Amino acid sequence: MTTATLDTLGRLESEAIHIFREVAGEFDRPVILFSGGKDSTLLLHLAIKAFYPAPVPFPLLHVDTGHNFDEVIEFRDRVVAQHGLRLEVAKVQDWIDDGRLQERPDGTRNPLQTVPLLDTITAHKFDAVFGGGRRDEERARAKERIFSLRTAFGQWDPKRQRPELWNLYNGRHRPGEHVRVFPLSNWTELDVWNYIEREGVELPSIYYAHEREVFLRDGMWLAEGPWGTAREGETLVRKTVRYRTVGDGSCTGAVESDAADIHAVIAEVAASRLTERGATRADDRLSEAAMEDRKREGYF
Amino acid sequence: MSDLLRLATAGSVDDGKSTLVGRLLYDTKSVLADTLDAVHRASADRGLATPDLSLLVDGLRSEREQGITIDVAYRYFATPKRSFVLADTPGHVQYTRNTVTGASTAQLAVLLVDARKGVIEQTRRHAAVLALLGVPRLVLAVNKIDLVDYDEVTFSRIAKEFTAHATALGYTEDAVIEIPVSALAGDNVVEKSANTPWYSGPTLLEHLETVPVEPDPHDAPFRFPVQYVIRPRTAEHLDYRGYAGLVAAGTVKPGDEIVVLPSGRRSTVTKIDTADGELAEAAAGQSVTLLLADDIDISRGDLISVAGNEPKVTDELDATLCWLAEKPLRAGARVLVKHGTRTVQAMVTELRDRFDEQTLSSVDSPASLELNEIGRVALRLAEEVPLDDYSFSRRTGSFLVIDASDGSTLAAGLVGAPLPLLENGVESCTGGSATTPDNHALVSPGP
Repeated sequence: MTTATLDTLGRLESEAIHIFREVAGEFDRPVILFSGGKDSTLLLHLAIKAFYPAPVPFPLLHVDTGHNFDEVIEFRDRVVAQHGLRLEVAKVQDWIDDGRLQERPDGTRNPLQTVPLLDTITAHKFDAVFGGGRRDEERARAKERIFSLRTAFGQWDPKRQRPELWNLYNGRHRPGEHVRVFPLSNWTELDVWNYIEREGVELPSIYYAHEREVFLRDGMWLAEGPWGTAREGETLVRKTVRYRTVGDGSCTGAVESDAADIHAVIAEVAASRLTERGATRADDRLSEAAMEDRKREGYF
Repeated sequence: MSDLLRLATAGSVDDGKSTLVGRLLYDTKSVLADTLDAVHRASADRGLATPDLSLLVDGLRSEREQGITIDVAYRYFATPKRSFVLADTPGHVQYTRNTVTGASTAQLAVLLVDARKGVIEQTRRHAAVLALLGVPRLVLAVNKIDLVDYDEVTFSRIAKEFTAHATALGYTEDAVIEIPVSALAGDNVVEKSANTPWYSGPTLLEHLETVPVEPDPHDAPFRFPVQYVIRPRTAEHLDYRGYAGLVAAGTVKPGDEIVVLPSGRRSTVTKIDTADGELAEAAAGQSVTLLLADDIDISRGDLISVAGNEPKVTDELDATLCWLAEKPLRAGARVLVKHGTRTVQAMVTELRDRFDEQTLSSVDSPASLELNEIGRVALRLAEEVPLDDYSFSRRTGSFLVIDASDGSTLAAGLVGAPLPLLENGVESCTGGSATTPDNHALVSPGP
């Protein structure tokens, strides 16, 4: 048995558990966004701890771009089965097939996730949606609340955010509105990795160094997949890489790395001179305000 | 020593706050190469010769366009000695609510002044808000010291004036420090400056790394707002009934006698459970699940307290409000009060006084409380609620005032009158014994 003083990770964990329990106590139909990536895996880990020994009282939702890494989908399904959870999958492909969405000229599907997400929230009447967003990721996210009210159109209005005082969260919303909830708001990338190590949380294998065929585009190492392959002038080469973030395969880059286990990854993250999004996400490079614009439209 | 410090910044427009925060991030190497590249590119696009470090923190499009900070931004940086969570709060008068937001969880606040202007009305007002919200320590960063030719006399005059003001607000002298800095040039932010040989104190970062952080007071009486009842109803845990929450104050051990409020039923703690196993003791700040000896009716919104040292249970609430909404508050208003994990209907029965920021004194019986105004009110609650004074605990002495129709947060509420000057006027506090350092020592840091 242990006692009292909490270190940084202990405080962050306690805060996240408090947030999960507040939502369970105040909302009717919460849902956890779960892609199998490291932040959503951590989110689920904390939810399990928050309600122990009872099961997590929320279903999971994956907005699936179809541009997936096999290892991540395999991991996602295994975790869902292991904990006896309910997973809802909203496939971007279904929205494209019935004409509600159109494929973009650049083939990237990350921005296309917004409509299926909002449609699914409406269809299931979800009133609280947990996301793994962290404020250290990006400048617009640094201004996000832990409880973030969205209009019936899923929109975020940064100038009309509620003040968030002490640890009293105001989750009141009108019918049709919902609240996005970010329990990892105060975590940094390094906190996430240190906690994953401390808790022995399993992640998809692609977060650790492995060999993969990749090609260089816009300064990023992309893998081939259902989203396409190397164009003229780009060559496929075999490299030892790992992923720092996992998103739509068409715009998520790998980094060259020998970090094959958690200790090596922590050493690498601590020494890195690039942010995880800057290193690996083409979608955030679109403009100075790319993330803010997507958030206003209802993206996470 | 704690390895995490939560701090807030406050200052007026153009004091260079975003630049100071940018400088802290930059000089502690918390800014990574791609972010810095983006700032270099954006600065060049704006025709600037040197990178504008404020662009590191002004995240929204309208902020960058206007060159101002609109909303609270949270920043994270770490040194080998400590991790920091920094709430960067805007300086506009109309956005004082953001200062209240940042201050509500801060263990320390950095106030900025322009060395050419010294302590201005807004500095005094911000310091009063920080004192009201129980921020235990203040730093005055006297910025743009390079623009007064690193003049010691100017700095000393500002420092003396600020210390006097902070003391009047109830701070002890060792809870306040003034530091001469230039955020733009980097003097005394991270590196000691050769331009201020007359200054022997720490740099801003040295101070942040070493300042004692008041721990959650372990000897405070135990308080535990119940968030959620955990009932697995599985074969393995058929009779398990646990009360989940975050310890708001004090400590708890198995065997402790407790009382459930507002019902007043008593029981004994049999077990403190977590997903990592049972605990021998839990202290303020920890999320745990309590199991009790008796099967009594407890639900979300109840407060579990140590028996024998309980908060008062009442439906009459005397409080100080920081009014954060556009529409003014008038007597007779019907609102919701969210206190701990309980939300109750309430009516504002009386506006007792309003804090006058011009004279730092109070005005009796105002007709209304307007946006950004602070005043004392009386509320009548639809049910009895267990209430501690804010000066006892920031967690159990705080509440939100919520608009029942649109759900917006109208005010930050503090039980009682945490700042004596609101009662007596600041003049009567100066040099007197109306305030004691204990007021601040008792207040626990944020969540």
